[in-house]
Amino acid sequence: MISLQNIKKVYRTDTVETIAINGISLDIAKGEFLSIMGPSGCGKSSLLNIMGLLDAPSSGQIVISGSQTNNLNDKSLAAFRNQKLGFIFQSYHLINDLQVIDNVELPLLYRNNISAKERRELATEALTKVGLSNRMKHLPTQLSGGQRQRVAIARAIVGRPEIILADEPTGNLDSAMGNEIMDILMNLNQQDGTTIVMVTHDEHMANKTHRLVRLFDGSQVQ
Amino acid sequence: MLKNYFKIAIAVLKRRKFFTFISLFGISFTLTILMVLTAFMDDVINPTYPDLKRDRSLYIGHVELRNSKEGWMNRSSPSFYFLNHYAGSLKTPVNMTIFSTNTAASAYVNNKKVVLDMKYTDAAFWEVADFDFTEGKPYDKSQIDGSQPLTVITEKTKADYFGGEQNVVGKYIEADNIRYRVIGVVKNPSVTSNTYYASLYLPYTLSKFNYKNTDIMGGSNAVLLAKTPVDREKIRKEYAQLVTKIPTGSKEMDQLFSHADTYFGDKVRGLMGSGTETGQRRFLLMMSLAIGLFLLLPTINLVNINITRIMERSSEIGVRKAFGASSKTLVYQFIVENLILTLIGGLLGVLFSALALNFINQSDILEGLHLSLNFTILFYGFIACLVFGILSGVYPAWRMSKLAIVTALKAQ
Repeated sequence: MISLQNIKKVYRTDTVETIAINGISLDIAKGEFLSIMGPSGCGKSSLLNIMGLLDAPSSGQIVISGSQTNNLNDKSLAAFRNQKLGFIFQSYHLINDLQVIDNVELPLLYRNNISAKERRELATEALTKVGLSNRMKHLPTQLSGGQRQRVAIARAIVGRPEIILADEPTGNLDSAMGNEIMDILMNLNQQDGTTIVMVTHDEHMANKTHRLVRLFDGSQVQ
Repeated sequence: MLKNYFKIAIAVLKRRKFFTFISLFGISFTLTILMVLTAFMDDVINPTYPDLKRDRSLYIGHVELRNSKEGWMNRSSPSFYFLNHYAGSLKTPVNMTIFSTNTAASAYVNNKKVVLDMKYTDAAFWEVADFDFTEGKPYDKSQIDGSQPLTVITEKTKADYFGGEQNVVGKYIEADNIRYRVIGVVKNPSVTSNTYYASLYLPYTLSKFNYKNTDIMGGSNAVLLAKTPVDREKIRKEYAQLVTKIPTGSKEMDQLFSHADTYFGDKVRGLMGSGTETGQRRFLLMMSLAIGLFLLLPTINLVNINITRIMERSSEIGVRKAFGASSKTLVYQFIVENLILTLIGGLLGVLFSALALNFINQSDILEGLHLSLNFTILFYGFIACLVFGILSGVYPAWRMSKLAIVTALKAQ
């Protein structure tokens, strides 16, 4: 499903060169739930961003669903992300000016041939799946942290992507809420067959996934 | 998609009330000034009472003498003699009037000084210009030839001088210690119609200046009337031909220039023309520059505000990009949002303009001036809004769209 070959990411300033990822190769199978762990600054999020085509690697190849992505332009990358990928962020990144339902509809806005009615139906369905169908007209600021992350999950799954990339989805939540979110993700993986890659600091959460990859100083150690 | 943009635009406007106020104030205030100025220009350029035959009229307001070797130049309005003798010999016009530029005269009402603008005219003046008489009638040729001390006054002069009197024809008005008998009263011309505007009209034979003087220059204007608007070209050509044959009357000056122009052409030539140069290109260039500069200031202000406004939404930009918005789509979104803001500003601008114009009309700042918002002005206002919206939205939107997704997401 996702194949990373010898990925390197180097950040350069005038005086310093920092190697964030140092030649990582990784294959993730369809339907797999993989977690990435490691200390702060080890390159977990950089790797996830590269996997999600949010950032370009300094070198190396990324193949997702059989498509070579290195040479895609801005427009094609945007369309590719829209069709194939869903994102969940630690700090939710909901648009506070928009109601919950409009936040969830957002990925569908950038898809052709979906009517407003269809968008609304799909968004309602996604919100029902995360148990928030009664909060559609709320603003994100009126919800708890766990509820916001559930809205973010609904937004990530509304376009039915094959892959979900989650960057510390439970990082800002207490353990009860964290478990709730984890349950939703595991359900998505088991019931819908969605491939999930999750960055986490939480060993307990990581142990629930199929495979654990550990990074240290930009390299894979497990 | 548009509905979504509209929702977020309104939400952002509501959230940042101070920025919104500054932006809207800038846009609506600039537009108000622009629209009042346009209404004023519209009033000046388009035919207004009593200059209603403007599309058939040509105006001779200037004569220029030059010494081509030394570069000397003398420019003024033509003399009565010059206009009567030369322009009066043209075959193509169906009518022609000669009248003086206005001179100020003092009149006293209950020891209070009233300044009057006097204009000396021929009899054809009342045929070429379309004055509405509310009392009496104009003076005729025989009365002019007889130098009878008669005058046609405006309603404003009537009110200023005679107070509430009903009928003033036959009464006397004293200006600069000379008594004139009122023969007619006309509705007030607008002060912006400066060809025909005056407060007191008198036969040219009463003028202190010697209208028989054969000098070329000397405080008079002429309006030539064509049968149809198209016929004006024939008159223009005939006059241009004629001018080449007119002697300069001076050894020092070897070139003479005078033109029969349209109303706008005559005014512009008066401001910026020289020799055969109409001055219209320079005038339009300067006007465009002035309006451009005038629009530039609030635009820069808006650009600045927009950059701040958009950059503080960098997390939203990151999210939209992550979920499939291309840079182009985002530029489009922010321009649309900005257009919504400027159009709201535009609507407020129209409202303020209507209030401002109403105030100007009510307060009678300029005599007889009645400005109104018409579709042309609204159209220009709308165009100005679009220019505003696009100019002030494109740069911030472009800068924002270049933001890397990861950087945008980190910014929160």
